[in-house]
Amino acid sequence: MSIAILYGLCSAVLVGLGLFALITHPQPLRKILAFNLIGSGVFLLFGVVAHNGAAAGFGGDPVPQALVITGLVVAFASTALAVALLLRLFQETGRATLQSDD
Amino acid sequence: MIEPLLMPGSATAGGFLLVLAVVLPVLGVLLSLALGGRHAERIALILMPAGLAVAGATTAAVWRTRAVLQYFVGGWYPPLGVAFRADGLSAVMMLVTGLLICGIGLFARVQFASPEQGEGRAPFAFWTLLLAIWGGLNAVFLGGDLFNLYVALELLTFAAVPLVSLDGRAETIKAALRYLLFALLGSILYLLGAVLFYGAYGALAIVILSGRVRAEPVAWAAIALMTAGLLAKAALYPFHLWLPPAHAGAPAPASAILSGLVVKAPFFLVVRLWFDVMPGQPQQAAAQILGTLGAAAILFGSVVALRQARLKLLIAYSTVAQIGYLFLMFPLAVKPVTGHPWSTFAWTGGVVQAISHAVAKAAMFLAAGLIAEALGHDRIARLAGIGRALPVTVLAFGLGGLSLMGLPPSGGFVAKAMLLSAAVSEGQWWWAVVVLTGGLLAAGYVFLVLARSLADPVEPLRLSATISPGRQAVVLALALCAVLLGFVPLRPLELLQIGRPV
Repeated sequence: MSIAILYGLCSAVLVGLGLFALITHPQPLRKILAFNLIGSGVFLLFGVVAHNGAAAGFGGDPVPQALVITGLVVAFASTALAVALLLRLFQETGRATLQSDD
Repeated sequence: MIEPLLMPGSATAGGFLLVLAVVLPVLGVLLSLALGGRHAERIALILMPAGLAVAGATTAAVWRTRAVLQYFVGGWYPPLGVAFRADGLSAVMMLVTGLLICGIGLFARVQFASPEQGEGRAPFAFWTLLLAIWGGLNAVFLGGDLFNLYVALELLTFAAVPLVSLDGRAETIKAALRYLLFALLGSILYLLGAVLFYGAYGALAIVILSGRVRAEPVAWAAIALMTAGLLAKAALYPFHLWLPPAHAGAPAPASAILSGLVVKAPFFLVVRLWFDVMPGQPQQAAAQILGTLGAAAILFGSVVALRQARLKLLIAYSTVAQIGYLFLMFPLAVKPVTGHPWSTFAWTGGVVQAISHAVAKAAMFLAAGLIAEALGHDRIARLAGIGRALPVTVLAFGLGGLSLMGLPPSGGFVAKAMLLSAAVSEGQWWWAVVVLTGGLLAAGYVFLVLARSLADPVEPLRLSATISPGRQAVVLALALCAVLLGFVPLRPLELLQIGRPV
């Protein structure tokens, strides 16, 4: 098994696990973590793509690496926003769930 | 894989306009953050006419030259460089966005007036986020490659989510969090599709991809993932769960932006993907699925809207239904052979629907905001007498409703008539039935509200706030725009076709 296929499968597993958790878990914090898991899978796939593109005598295709950095920043920012909203929700209601009370 | 530097056309003369369209709002956000407090409102009010002028100039340039405007940041060409590209569709969407933002901004001056002393948090957040949404929307409309479009979509989401929870009540924070979770799922699926495209074809620029994409499993997987992600952001049935609480809970000017403009951005990207990235690919089966979801959205959204007790929730569910119409264009416009006359007709109908719904829905949400402010509540059952107290506002609501129903002479009529004739001419009559049923149901929920508002109140109505004629005039002007769209002759619709792959 080539290294690209191995990492590709890992990324598929990460995305699958994350999607499963995002859909099945009702707690928002778990959903946020699941989103980060999917994100890791996608960023790993960027790595695989960069590795595959390294045929022309370079150590790796630099474009996916540049994209991953932007992607990481965006994922970090979205996680921060989500956690901030969740904390505020907890302060307001004393509970951190999305279920309505009625 | 390192590509030779491809040059799909050079930068055009008006290219700087495209940079201005994105940079002006972003500059406004940065200045607001730096200066803080009361300056945010002033900066936004100064930038609004400037941004509208840029959008107008872009549209005029595209119309005059009959060609795509392009700009390459730093002189770097795709596949490495960042390209801004304005075809007819982008220009029109930019113009509509500029008009709506100006209208909504004028309306919001009273509601989000900055206090004389100190810093009002809600006004500061509103004006800054308004500019951020504008910048994000323009970046979505002008982005030339899939990754920049991802960043633009995220900018838009980060600006839109806090607008939902401006008042800080627990239920609106809940709605904002639910919206954010849906949006995050959507954007990560979109990104997964984009990396698949890059891995398979070594490019992210739409111009380059459209020449390389072949009908094979990796392209289908990529476009399916991206479409699914965008549907979650566009709130197409069954991904609509987040929309009603978010759009109904936000303050009226914020609802108008979210419902009118923000949900159109993911739709715009689906159109880009299906018609620009993969032109000429036979995807009829997949397009039928999108159409079916759209039909389900129309029927479900309209029926649920009929059963709502609160005016803003009714309008929010009507948005769910109207988003369905947008996706009816796919089974009618996606053809194994592009350039089919009826397919162009259906494509135009879908785009006109996006524009006319944006204007009409903004007017209706603003009208509902005024009604709720005057009455102190927005229960439909207790609207009696408001028609006499705020005649102009109720008239604006009705005119907006005209467009939702698709009655002539409104923009909604033109859009629905185009979809209808495309459906009949292509022999896909079942979509025509859905369009007509949806119009009937829309008439039901609009008349429900109008009948209650025009009824005589049992006891004399006491308004909890007086509404200035100026704000009512803004709402009426937007509603009139929605109606006037129906008078736009077909010739300017050619503008939409500029830059489309043939």
